[in-house]
Amino acid sequence: MDQGLLERLRERLDGDGREPVFAHGLLVVQLPREALLDTVKLLKDAFGFDLFLDVTAIDWPQREPRFDVVYHFYSTRDHVRVRLKTTVTMADPVVDSLLDHYGSAHFMERECHDMFGIVFRGNADLRPILLYEGFEGHPLRKDYPKEREQPLVRYRE
Amino acid sequence: MNQVHEKSSAFEYLTTRKDDLVGWARKFSIFPYPFVTACCAMEFMSVSSTMYDTDRFGAALPRFSPRQSDLLMVVGTITHKQAPILKKVYEQMCEPKWVMAFGVCATSGGFYQNYAALQGIDKIIPVDVYIPGCPPRPESVIDGIMQLQDKIANASHPIINEKF
Ligand code: SF4
Repeated sequence: MDQGLLERLRERLDGDGREPVFAHGLLVVQLPREALLDTVKLLKDAFGFDLFLDVTAIDWPQREPRFDVVYHFYSTRDHVRVRLKTTVTMADPVVDSLLDHYGSAHFMERECHDMFGIVFRGNADLRPILLYEGFEGHPLRKDYPKEREQPLVRYRE
Repeated sequence: MNQVHEKSSAFEYLTTRKDDLVGWARKFSIFPYPFVTACCAMEFMSVSSTMYDTDRFGAALPRFSPRQSDLLMVVGTITHKQAPILKKVYEQMCEPKWVMAFGVCATSGGFYQNYAALQGIDKIIPVDVYIPGCPPRPESVIDGIMQLQDKIANASHPIINEKF
């Protein structure tokens, strides 16, 4: 792993409300959601992070803002990865879509929208991908009751 | 001439009950349709291949069309999203037909109780035999097949109308 590159990246990302730290050998950048697109562009164009690994969310029901949105990127040239974390509130769970930079964002953002109800501004197609049409709520939110069923077939008596 | 076709011995015919005869024939010609969705599939493969060999029970030849089969083996977890497919497959099978819930997931949802998993296939289609285990041992599957055979042998088998 190229520690020098990560160190340079950490220095470059410091500021603009961003807080880059090393945790468990991984560079983790906490940032405000306004800085997301610029940071991603920088990662991709200047540092060669060409692979968008995933986007997911974390629900902290007791906390305000309630959701973390977490991104992972990988560089196939330097074999390092980096994690971006931003927060959104329950009332306004919106972040910018990465569709302009990574085509693979399409499906991953749909899944994150299914499970957590995060809205990706700029991704016009947020139809259910793992869930089905007509499913109400977002099952990986902590307040979704685990015994709630939304069957598609009517049960026998 | 032609000694072979000459009638000779005393046993020219036998008597039996129609249901016994048809049940005996049906219980040894089960054509399973494997509806395989999850990890239980591994155990299904092991039970149907050489070592345990369900062919010994006349239940070996899987038909990959529900129209040609009479035993629906539901092997694995069924999600709510998949339930309409299972129901449709069941409805496409001709009578007489039987259903086996293979493993705890198909039986009751198993350890999955969440937004995705159907809590037992008997919520949407009737089930004849349940096989517990996660996954079931091949012996339990064979036991299940034999129980189903007993059930078929002891059932009434209308062939002309409901009464006969
Ligand atoms: S019963 Fe166990 S082995 Fe079978 S499908 Fe469910 S989890 Fe997998």
